Amino acid sequence: MRPLTPRRILWICAGLTCLLFVAVLISLRMGAYPISVQDIAMTLFRGAMGRRDEIPPDFWSVVFVIRLPRILLGILVGASLAVAGAGFQALLRNPLADPYVLGVSSGAALGAIVSLVIAPRTPGAIQAAAFVGAALTVAGVYFLGRRGGQLDSATLLLAGIVMASFLSAAIMFLITTLSGHDLLRGMAFWLMGDLASPPPIQDVWKWFGFLFIIFFVAAGAIYTTSSDLNMILSGEQEARHLGVNVNRVKLVVYISASVLTGLAVSVSGAIGYVGLLVPHVMRMIFGTDYRLLIPTSVLGGAIAIVLADTLARTVMGPTELPVGAMTALAGAPVFIYLMRRRVR
Amino acid sequence: MSASAGSGPIVMPQPRPFGAAPPPRLRVEQASYAYSATDRSAPKFTLAPTSFDAQQREIVAILGPNASGKSTMLRLLAGLTKPLSGRIEVDGVEVSELELRTRAQRIALVQQESELLFPLRVWEYVLQGRYPYGRRLRFESDEDCLMAGNALAQVGGDALRDRWMDQLSGGEKQRVILARALAQQPSLLLLDEPTQHLDIGGKVELLRRLRKLADENRYTVVVVTHELNLAAEFSDRIVLLNKGKCLRVGTPAEVYEGALLEEVFEAPLDVEMRTSGRPRVILRGSR
Repeated sequence: MRPLTPRRILWICAGLTCLLFVAVLISLRMGAYPISVQDIAMTLFRGAMGRRDEIPPDFWSVVFVIRLPRILLGILVGASLAVAGAGFQALLRNPLADPYVLGVSSGAALGAIVSLVIAPRTPGAIQAAAFVGAALTVAGVYFLGRRGGQLDSATLLLAGIVMASFLSAAIMFLITTLSGHDLLRGMAFWLMGDLASPPPIQDVWKWFGFLFIIFFVAAGAIYTTSSDLNMILSGEQEARHLGVNVNRVKLVVYISASVLTGLAVSVSGAIGYVGLLVPHVMRMIFGTDYRLLIPTSVLGGAIAIVLADTLARTVMGPTELPVGAMTALAGAPVFIYLMRRRVR
Repeated sequence: MSASAGSGPIVMPQPRPFGAAPPPRLRVEQASYAYSATDRSAPKFTLAPTSFDAQQREIVAILGPNASGKSTMLRLLAGLTKPLSGRIEVDGVEVSELELRTRAQRIALVQQESELLFPLRVWEYVLQGRYPYGRRLRFESDEDCLMAGNALAQVGGDALRDRWMDQLSGGEKQRVILARALAQQPSLLLLDEPTQHLDIGGKVELLRRLRKLADENRYTVVVVTHELNLAAEFSDRIVLLNKGKCLRVGTPAEVYEGALLEEVFEAPLDVEMRTSGRPRVILRGSR
């Protein structure tokens, strides 16, 4: 009997943080413009010290303008989707739940597109609209996925898949009819997900600060419920007998996971399968305890997207693949494996 | 024991006058319930006012045919539903007023196990019984591990400790579920048809164990069951329900009357009194 301790969580997270650091270095190193690890280290160090004038202009633009913002965006999106996936799996009591598979990402994308049409210049509007789109989709899937008052695993997935295809069609319809509007992104971005085109924003670091604050609040809210989620995974009725305020926990996870999905989709489109793949891999390695699963999913999701995006940028170079294509290539077989294992 | 739970109102038992007898562990006083599909529709099911008491070390069996109100009564006792009228008290405190985790420290409910979403080891499952005693994020203390280990030992499950829950037999699983309830250190232990999936050996073993636990740990045990003979053998008090009405409360000898049981269970039943003073129910043959 070896119960989980905060010390063990810290050690594991420290290890994963080192892996993330390595992944970031690899991603900074790889690309059309060759740059050595030493040059990367020097550029990062001088940049952090505020000595920009000592950095060669090429290095500055490759590291600080092109690659690092994209990596940070990848970290944010990967971490958000992985935590949202782990949250939805507990909330809907379905191990195959994932923001993309259930159509929640498509709902968020639709919300984001609508906000770009209605209020293109309002700061934060796109994130808020994506959150509303995600939350409405989860509610829709939840109610369509019930049979006889109970959540049914297969019905829920079918409801999600139908919802995803309906919302994708709505997105295609909107983008086609609104082609005159300045939507900034194309259809592939919203339907497949992409980290390639960071938005033309004046102060990109302030923008990252805003996004990361939303992320930490939402992921932190889910983390505060992690021991309650452990109980809920053993059955909602049992959790109630054991003193868990099940309705409050479900509301917190529902809102926070929708915020995280909306956040990720608003900046990267609908990247698939990260929310499915990462929590499952973390469960296989570290066990099912949500007190460990949430932080490891944050780091695992970040590592997965940074590596997937590095591959997407370089594997067909100079042509870039959307990162969503890479995650779907890895995620779809895992989804099928998990589904078949469950059926058996 | 680590910190007491929750931020809800603290409900204190009423002070009792000097020299008065202690209140019963469980007191059900004219508790009734009505269930309707919507607020305005007529009730689909009603449980008429029911009263009974139980002391510590007592086993109470709630008997009755299907849809007689047994499970509703158990939900009321567990504090999961508030009675429409009347009171249900544990150690002098009304259960529906208890804060969630305080209630889980006093009342444990054993039901058929839900499907686990992800596999758990036996010791992890039993440790869940310590949830009501934890603080934020509820990292388990050494004391929690000790309590969970003791609970598992009390049901004879030491050897199961590192097994996966989904690899246990029906009887083993029932013992582990019981161990999780014991880890809650409750004063009232409620069991909903605990013998349902057990063979006759498993049923007798479980009830013997409950008898022993009630005697040694001063639990009050309430069991909902269909097993008339096992209830007669192991319980101190019987509550007989039929169609939402409490027909009789008393010792097995007081409640088990051939004509009454025949009417309630709609089956040809005879009752004979054994030398031990406990009745036995026999199904009358058709030939």
